[in-house]
Amino acid sequence: MNLFGLLPYLVAGWILLIGMYGLVTSRNLIHAVGCLAVAQSATYVLLLSIGFRRGGTAPVYSDTSTHSVVVDPVVQALALTDVVVGATVTALLLSLVIQLHKRHSTIDPDRLNALRG
Amino acid sequence: MSRTGRVRLFLCAAAVIAVAYTLACTGLPHFGSAVHPYGARAVAATLKQRTANTISSINFDQRAFDTLGEESILLGSVLGATALLRRTDDERLSRRRVARVLPSTRLFGTLLLPVALLTGIYIVAHGQLSPGGGFQGGVILATALHLAYVAADYRALDRIRPRELLDSVDAVAAGAFTCLGLAGLIASAAYLKNVLPLGTFNTLSSGGMVPVINAAVGIEVASGVIVLLAYFLDQSITTSPGEADGTDPSDASGTSGTSDTSGTSDASGTSDASDPRKAT
Repeated sequence: MNLFGLLPYLVAGWILLIGMYGLVTSRNLIHAVGCLAVAQSATYVLLLSIGFRRGGTAPVYSDTSTHSVVVDPVVQALALTDVVVGATVTALLLSLVIQLHKRHSTIDPDRLNALRG
Repeated sequence: MSRTGRVRLFLCAAAVIAVAYTLACTGLPHFGSAVHPYGARAVAATLKQRTANTISSINFDQRAFDTLGEESILLGSVLGATALLRRTDDERLSRRRVARVLPSTRLFGTLLLPVALLTGIYIVAHGQLSPGGGFQGGVILATALHLAYVAADYRALDRIRPRELLDSVDAVAAGAFTCLGLAGLIASAAYLKNVLPLGTFNTLSSGGMVPVINAAVGIEVASGVIVLLAYFLDQSITTSPGEADGTDPSDASGTSGTSDTSGTSDASGTSDASDPRKAT
């Protein structure tokens, strides 16, 4: 396989690693939640590049012939699931950050080192 | 662990992940290849079920049980955020000010709100035909309602948003999806089986159960997102800590940005004293 065929997959890996780097070095939990969303978006790129088919169109037959070449719809449905789950997890994490800020008056993960009832 | 130590540890792990991932990628199907066995089978099954939008057919017919799980994640996260962000005893609602809005913003917001609502309903209703469906349309419906907040103020949004009702609508719509699956169990042997007449390909009533489940999901997503945003907006706009240290409650919308910096610059001793939970 040549490098060009690998490139979309490697881009997905790069997005995952850069999101994880952001998580590790984060000084703000809201920033960390954003980094998690970046790391998760790697899965969209990976799924959609696996499903890509050269010359394929969108797998919707309302205005094209049923014999036209389409990209893989299964991974697109998975990506949709992924987006929904990602959005809900982000909402839940942000509400946790709000609670943390109320109790500890800080959202710097390095300062959150004491248990508090 | 110190910051530099942590970054070094991460870089070592990242190098391992990068090498293993690149090796794994060489074994993946070639980018853009014509062979997609799952895709080909899904498309064939979609055409058999007379649904024009393959992705809707996969999500709400072929993999409907998975979508039930996905929808439960949405309901669970709305429940979790509701439980986390509920108003506690030491917080109180502050007076909501009448906000000043530019006349042009007010005009375009008022004009666009019904258009955006209609677009949302269209996207939900045509989920089996064109790109879209319950998830996408539901989010459009929820954001359309919040044009009232942009065009007027929070009180206007509060007036057009029946919050207690939406709380129950969210749960009822999630339950409706579960109950729709029972129809398949009664009519045949499989849960969530597509038992309704399939209709004519590429018409609004095609796809059997797909438009019905789409509608249930659309209502659930719309009400879920509205409820979620309502709790988040309450946090930043109308809720203020009961024993706030001299901060004007009417200025609560501005504190979310500034309290972060004051929190990080505070020594841990002073932040203890200003914590309302410690004082009670």
